[in-house]
Amino acid sequence: MWTALWNRLAQPGHFLRWSGAALPWLAGLSAVMIAVGLFLTFFTVPPDYQQGDTVRIMYIHVPAAVLGMGFYGAMALSAVGSLVWRHPLADVSQRAAAPIGAAFTLICLVTGSLWGKPMWGTYWVWDARLTSMLVLFLLYCGIIALWRTIEDPNRAARAVSILTLVGAVNLPIIKFSVNWWSTLHQPASILRMGGPTLHASMLYPLLEMILAMTLLGVTLHLQAMRTEIYRRRVRALLIRQAERLDAGVQAPVTRAAVSLPVGQAI
Amino acid sequence: MAFGPYTAFIAGAFGFTALVLGALILNGWRDGRAQLRALAELQDERSSNR
Repeated sequence: MWTALWNRLAQPGHFLRWSGAALPWLAGLSAVMIAVGLFLTFFTVPPDYQQGDTVRIMYIHVPAAVLGMGFYGAMALSAVGSLVWRHPLADVSQRAAAPIGAAFTLICLVTGSLWGKPMWGTYWVWDARLTSMLVLFLLYCGIIALWRTIEDPNRAARAVSILTLVGAVNLPIIKFSVNWWSTLHQPASILRMGGPTLHASMLYPLLEMILAMTLLGVTLHLQAMRTEIYRRRVRALLIRQAERLDAGVQAPVTRAAVSLPVGQAI
Repeated sequence: MAFGPYTAFIAGAFGFTALVLGALILNGWRDGRAQLRALAELQDERSSNR
């Protein structure tokens, strides 16, 4: 029953219908939750006894790190779906997730750097955690570049899936780098044996921000997936139009081909 | 809200995040609209050619 339901929801036509209905609600809920999270961050969270007010940067740095890694994990799962089951939505999901994951990883790197300067005395060190996060960002950039290099989306999906799965080895390295090596970056303080080390007054606002940013990430991903489905339909129609022109059928060249934004591969 | 010597770092971190997320949202919305418009034009043309 669950397989049938999943297949039905993941069929592109059905996906467009249910995601279209869900998107305004998800966007509204994300906006409200982010507003609440920011209020908690700036007005209820106490300054840390060592970090002072810079601890507030953690309320965007940590959710961005979670989502940077989370989106890559989702892409790795989609890569399996793409390679093993050739599921049409798996390709779409992979392609849509890459820029969003890259943006969250970039936010994580920059906000971490802005926290590091007053706390560590430097914007950057070649620490295992920082370096593995930078590798994650470079992997995202490589994947986005590969998508744009190969014109046929099906061929691109296969190449990107292999690169994504090879790069997935970086995820446990990021997570456990602080345990495996003696790093400047502090060890885990939420997901650890023995429970979180944060006081409730700091932990719950942080969890709220993680949830809010995750909702925003899901909303952006669904919107990007819808756009990708439309892009593939446009591509298919343009190819059919070109084939008709090649066959000698007189048809005006559509304006659609020239009205697409620059840099958006079709 | 006064964060003393850390104000610039905190404002910079939140400002950069707002900028990146704003660009992501705007680009996603613009790209979606462009693809929908292109699709509608192509579909109109297909139906008028039949």
